[in-house]
Amino acid sequence: MSKITSLADLKRLKDEVQSKIKLRENSDNPEQMVQVKVGMATCGIASGAREIMKYFVEELEQQAVDALVTQTGCMGYCYAEPTVEVILPRREPVVFGFVNKTKAQEIIDLYIKKGEMIDGIIPITFRTIDE
Amino acid sequence: MTDYRMHILICGGTGCKASDSNGIKEKLNYFINEFNLEDEVQVVLTGCFGFCEKGPIVKVLPDNTFYTEVKPSDAEDIVKEHILKGRPVKRLLYKNPKNDYAVTSANNIDFYKKQIRIALRNCGFINPENIEEYIGRDGYAALGKCLTENTPEEVIKEIKDSGLRGRGGGGFPTGLKWEITRNVVNDQKYVVCNADEGDPGAFMDRSILEGDPHSVIEAMAICGYCIGADTGLVYIRAEYPLAIERLKIAIGQAEEFGLLGNDILGTGFNFKIELRYGAGAFVCGEETALIHSMEGLRGEPTVKPPFPSVSGYMGKPTNVNNVETFANIPVIINKGANWFNKIGTEKSKGTKVFALAGKINNVGLIEVPMGTTLREVIYDIGGGIKDGKEFKSVQTGGPSGGCLTKKFLDTPIDYDNLIAAGSMMGSGGMIVMDEDDCMVSIARFYLEFTLEESCGKCNPCRIGNKRLHEILCRITEGKGTIEDIDRLKVLSEVIKDTSLCGLGQSSPNPVLSTIANFEHEYLAHVNEGKCPAGQCKSLMKYEIIEDLCTGCTLCFRNCPVGAITGERRVAHFIDQSLCIKCGVCMDKCKFNAIKLN
Repeated sequence: MSKITSLADLKRLKDEVQSKIKLRENSDNPEQMVQVKVGMATCGIASGAREIMKYFVEELEQQAVDALVTQTGCMGYCYAEPTVEVILPRREPVVFGFVNKTKAQEIIDLYIKKGEMIDGIIPITFRTIDE
Repeated sequence: MTDYRMHILICGGTGCKASDSNGIKEKLNYFINEFNLEDEVQVVLTGCFGFCEKGPIVKVLPDNTFYTEVKPSDAEDIVKEHILKGRPVKRLLYKNPKNDYAVTSANNIDFYKKQIRIALRNCGFINPENIEEYIGRDGYAALGKCLTENTPEEVIKEIKDSGLRGRGGGGFPTGLKWEITRNVVNDQKYVVCNADEGDPGAFMDRSILEGDPHSVIEAMAICGYCIGADTGLVYIRAEYPLAIERLKIAIGQAEEFGLLGNDILGTGFNFKIELRYGAGAFVCGEETALIHSMEGLRGEPTVKPPFPSVSGYMGKPTNVNNVETFANIPVIINKGANWFNKIGTEKSKGTKVFALAGKINNVGLIEVPMGTTLREVIYDIGGGIKDGKEFKSVQTGGPSGGCLTKKFLDTPIDYDNLIAAGSMMGSGGMIVMDEDDCMVSIARFYLEFTLEESCGKCNPCRIGNKRLHEILCRITEGKGTIEDIDRLKVLSEVIKDTSLCGLGQSSPNPVLSTIANFEHEYLAHVNEGKCPAGQCKSLMKYEIIEDLCTGCTLCFRNCPVGAITGERRVAHFIDQSLCIKCGVCMDKCKFNAIKLN
């Protein structure tokens, strides 16, 4: 590491390193962020959920979308794995089934970035005890 | 390289390290490698999370899962279940003591709800051994701003406007102190950081230095710029090895990055920091004694004036501030005085870190806005008194402070209210006592501490405290008289009025405040020969209830001093002059025939 010799240098370094700890800052207020939850139970992992999650992490990072990508347990839609739940700020959660890389790209481009509804949503047919 | 999708933060403070947080880190890394997750998950050793009661703490992000009392053997489950499959390990989650439900997100833990973390902002968040993480959190931005955009006068005005007062105990306005030192003309000045944390039970300065050393370094450089000093000295006690190590690493990194040294950020400002080790003497927290110790002399205080601002280290103008005070400075510069002075009460601005200890459920380190009540701190954050017992008193301000009783539970905590209540802020130790604590013994305990720590230079402190201690011992042994209580009061006032430095001037405070608030306990000791809390052994009497004693000889055979006499199948008898009150007879008796008076 070369020396920081000006305020501009310091700011440049800050921008560079900030992304490394952004995840920690975002974790404190998840409700204001785009949240992507990938179903990672045994059936999800077997259907390639791990690659899908990695794809989300990398793609959102590259497109500079502030999002929290986390994993979650079995959502119950084992027939439609890999399943991905997306929560946009102040919107109802939406679950997508049969997510492959093409679908993931579509979800990022259309739903996450523009808020447009796309095909492949698993309709909610149950209620949770919170309601 | 892509960024990690998960961060696992492990507390690396002294407390959690003692419970093998290093081992947890190693094991986690081992299993992360095992499952080829090393590109996805980052394990970071951070500073203290504050929730020491439940340590070691492990936090998994972005899920914000808060694991407590983790052992290295739990690492496998955390990786296999949580990291791999997204299922939090339920048995390690924090359980709400009120209903025993597991709390999944750290945001929902009562301990943190009322806290505002300014001085502790980076503790438990960044890796203290990595300057880049500090810079990522706006680190050194305040120094950069001061050096390039502000004159020293402007920075001092900002600190004055913020209303920040010294966090080491006295509460002197920080901005004013800087201004006084700045206005003294001299070719050489010094910035000193007082890291000689001596109050029993207080550990906030250690935690800041362990968890966020750069914030102190940055603030010292800002102070140097303001007062016109090019050298900073940290006076730290040698029994804080981890804090010293982290501080050394941080200073090394700051030098490497050019944030300490010559021509910082191309502005022509030079600043270097050196460490000075103390041997852990309480009196060296007093600034004149501290300076003498740094000069290689005996750690004895001298009369003020001259204040260190005029003539301090090596006779040069010296600005001494405490660790926590410094930790607030970068935030004040970054967010502005008007942000800071909206937090707190009229005369005490910002937040204060308290170390909760004693008979409280959540022992740990907390930071709350000034003006928070004792009730909120003890019951909401601290989780109430251990084992559902009755709250009796809380001791603040260490050996120089006093005891606050139930009637002060709803008093907003700030410098002035605590003094009005007969105690003081001190460095922020809070020792909670319950119904089982004897207040005379508590006063005696603090006097013992003062006796040990008095430097012996002036008579009132050296001899007066010794006499105070003797009288207190007499009372707890049941040999006190009613006149002794008056003697305590008179002698205390004399010591306060005539001692040389803060140590002696405040050492009788625990005595005076316990007499003021718990005179009935003193009276019970001297008039009735009783200790209401059942703590003073000399006042207790083990006696055999004749009707219940079967004469089994069990107590007789177990008494270590042969104080019990009696024939088989005949009631036994305890000779009080021989009894050492060990309680073995009571433990051994199978018929509940031994009672304690």
